[in-house]
Amino acid sequence: MEYLLIIISAIFVNNIVLAQFLGICPFLGVSNKLSTASGMSLAVCFVITFATVVTYLINQYLLEPFGLTFLQTIAFILVIAALVQMVEIVLKKVSPSLYQALGIFLPLITTNCAVLGVAINVVTKEFTFGGEAHMLNLGEAAVYAFATSLGYGLAMVLFAGIREHLAGNDVPKAFKGLPIALVSVGIMALAFLGFSGIV
Amino acid sequence: MANKLSLITKGLLKENPTFVLVLGMCPTLATTTSAMNGLEMGLATMFVLILSNIVISLIAPVVPDKVHIPVYIVVIATFVTVLQLLMQAFTPDVYKTLGLFIPLIVVNCIILGRAEAFANKNGVLDSALDGIGIGLGFTLSLTVIGIVREILGSGAIFGWKFISGDGILAFVMAPGAFLVLGYLMVLFNKIAKK
Repeated sequence: MEYLLIIISAIFVNNIVLAQFLGICPFLGVSNKLSTASGMSLAVCFVITFATVVTYLINQYLLEPFGLTFLQTIAFILVIAALVQMVEIVLKKVSPSLYQALGIFLPLITTNCAVLGVAINVVTKEFTFGGEAHMLNLGEAAVYAFATSLGYGLAMVLFAGIREHLAGNDVPKAFKGLPIALVSVGIMALAFLGFSGIV
Repeated sequence: MANKLSLITKGLLKENPTFVLVLGMCPTLATTTSAMNGLEMGLATMFVLILSNIVISLIAPVVPDKVHIPVYIVVIATFVTVLQLLMQAFTPDVYKTLGLFIPLIVVNCIILGRAEAFANKNGVLDSALDGIGIGLGFTLSLTVIGIVREILGSGAIFGWKFISGDGILAFVMAPGAFLVLGYLMVLFNKIAKK
């Protein structure tokens, strides 16, 4: 039951893009086409889940016992950069077709603040899912990270669909490009506000 | 001299990081719930930007090309950690309000962007000035967005309430951030591109 609450909360109520403002740059950058948007979501989904589990373990067994939590930021970003590199190498060997499909998006994920944001959030923030506030355990952290990245994918794919329609419309000159995209995201976020209070 | 001055002023309009370069969107949208928050976030980013620009311009000639991105990221992350510790010690309230977005300065593309586009091929003084200029531009845009959102959302400006009542709550919440930034960008396009 609690896992279900985590999933619903992470995907709809606290959507990472529309409510938490993480990962906006790639969200605006690659949502021009549906195909690239889904490729990017897939890569991000993979890295967020993986990175959160690894950084969670590093924090618990390395940084905390030695009183080094102030090094969190540096340690996490290095882990994420290394992880992205590793995923790239493994994918290249194991599944060249997926590697081809993700292409340039893989290296870009290092600087996607959604990855670092989720990793830092799960080790520093207390969460309330139905029950009382508590720090997440490893299983909850993994589910939370996975659900969050699904929310990222959902927002990305929905928005790419909207943007493909926008491209064919006659938009006033000053609104062309990003401004109209931002206004559309605003309306989308307004719609997602409707989910607040469910969990 | 005029040349040096233009390094500082270009960030305000011509190369404004928010409205022209469109970088660092996450903190721009997330922390501008009020004018004060926007101002503080801008200053925090400027602190890291200036210091990392200085150090990167110094070490750039000796860093091998293949590993330059990881090296730059470590330099930036170091200054972010310094900033975190300083803020926890001297301005704990501000640190708490800005929360997650202080450590996330590491992945703010403005900082890595300036390192790549400017600091690694210019001298120390020029890089420092570039950091000040872009930092000021970022601070200015964040403060402006914060002012607009604060007026619409809570009828106040820098905490000084001049309209009684609650204001339009949506502008303090997520949708307002996107809408205000979108419309300010339209305004900027209208004025700057005439």
